Amino acid sequence: MHNRLVVGTLLLLVAFPLAAEHWDQLFYVSFATRILIYALAASSLNLILGYGGMVSFGHAAFLGIGAYTVAILMEQGVSSAWVSWPLAVMVSALFALVIGAISLRTRGVYFIMITLAFAQMVYYLFISLRAYGGEDGLNLAGRSHLGFGLNLTSDLTFYYVVLALGVTCLSLLQRLLNARFGQVVQAIRDNEARMEAIGFPTYRYKLICFALAGGAAGLAGALLANQSGFVSPNLLQWTQSGTLMVMVILGGVGHLYGGALGAAVFLVLEEALSAYTLHWQLGLGLVLLAIVLYARQGLAGLFVGPAPGRRSTGG
Amino acid sequence: MVDALLRVKRLLKHFGGVIATDHVDLSIAPGEIHALIGPNGAGKTTLIHQLSGALRADGGRIFFDGRDITRVSLHERVHFGVARSYQITSIFRGSTVVHNLALAVLARTGSSLRFWRPLAKEDPLFEEARALAGQIGLGGRENMVAGQLAHGEQRQLEVGLALATRARLLLLDEPMAGLGPQESQRMVALLARLKGTITLLLVEHDMDAVFRLADRISVLDSGRIIATGAPEAIRNNAEVKRAYLGEEAAAL
Repeated sequence: MHNRLVVGTLLLLVAFPLAAEHWDQLFYVSFATRILIYALAASSLNLILGYGGMVSFGHAAFLGIGAYTVAILMEQGVSSAWVSWPLAVMVSALFALVIGAISLRTRGVYFIMITLAFAQMVYYLFISLRAYGGEDGLNLAGRSHLGFGLNLTSDLTFYYVVLALGVTCLSLLQRLLNARFGQVVQAIRDNEARMEAIGFPTYRYKLICFALAGGAAGLAGALLANQSGFVSPNLLQWTQSGTLMVMVILGGVGHLYGGALGAAVFLVLEEALSAYTLHWQLGLGLVLLAIVLYARQGLAGLFVGPAPGRRSTGG
Repeated sequence: MVDALLRVKRLLKHFGGVIATDHVDLSIAPGEIHALIGPNGAGKTTLIHQLSGALRADGGRIFFDGRDITRVSLHERVHFGVARSYQITSIFRGSTVVHNLALAVLARTGSSLRFWRPLAKEDPLFEEARALAGQIGLGGRENMVAGQLAHGEQRQLEVGLALATRARLLLLDEPMAGLGPQESQRMVALLARLKGTITLLLVEHDMDAVFRLADRISVLDSGRIIATGAPEAIRNNAEVKRAYLGEEAAAL
């Protein structure tokens, strides 16, 4: 049942742009690409928030750093995706490593606040970068070059590249969660003191997890910069971090598909409701309220069942 | 005692103006069951916190197997060979018994920075965890979720998690806490079976258990060790009676 749902969704995602092209609705391909990118970003937040128990309120920083890395490199004449995308991942992961190293020395509300503070610092850093547009942001000359005869300026090609990357990342995430590392991180979430007491350097595991999530968010940022052809400090604003968090809660905290589902529902709701009213966030708020009150596992918990791979019992 | 496994020298801890550990000297021989008793608030758990590394001492030194571990962190001490259990049960409530124990086995079987191979496929790990479950009397309960075990069984798992680290010295903080008579019996039997294979520092209020298990007993009062000796000597020690045993001593 669970597998069939996943395969069905995948087939739908593969077929979707072809249908959109057929009926001449290419706008929706671009919209779906945005959903896929945010699905990746929200999933990376879910790794630390849902599985690692680290409530980070600064995740947009890594998204923004990834996006700016691609934009700045392109401004400098480096447009190869093979250079700028991995660099975006690495720079974001490096920032996450430094920010995490300091933030993870705190707990609870302090952790939320310090990650928020760091994200705002990065936000103001990019505002002060006059050479790269400052407050106004920066237009990209075009999309990154991928080679192999794949032209990313085609929305269709770009969609499939994003889909492939997203599916790869989610598969890697699933692997990781069921492997030693993921199981250790989840056990730390459940009982950190005991993990220390049986011999795990919990700080180190959490930090690595935080950096991995930062890197994945960086990739999402790199894709987002390509998708919109524009980067601005708004990408890193704290409301963006909030949006990612809402997506995760909506979709399912600590659920493999939570981030993806949350991103899809959030963006579709935004698109649909904002056609009727400027106050679309009111509708979204009501949905969120219902989820938090009645479906703690989020939409993924409702439709796909309890979080898979959450607690393997082994052998 | 030249060859003490654990040697504590003038350990000191204060919280503000309150002295919780007042220049404690303690030495535990390899293989011995050493009980630590004392009235509530005497500083027993604070001492365990410092010996395990959860709390940093303000002064003094802790030597394990001849090495100074005073500044060694909690998780590193486990690899040196010192592990602890908790007075308030601290297990992985949402995971099965075997998964609980496998985590402790995991901690000492190489790096867990492995991202690809499913943990569930690491059979030796779970075999050992199952053997441990049998050892602590939870055979047949391996696949139950820990949070759904009876209180007594959760206490067994609590001790089992410390045991699973294969540490040479276990610091057990009131393993009988909240146990009924029958459950206490089971725990005493479990600890008696460990005797000789492992060194235990046992903090306990259950005097029956203490006098049945301990090779030596130390008495802590207001952060100071006021007596150390064989059970008989402690039973007849006037200062101990006054400080702690009270009516219970009269009954013994």
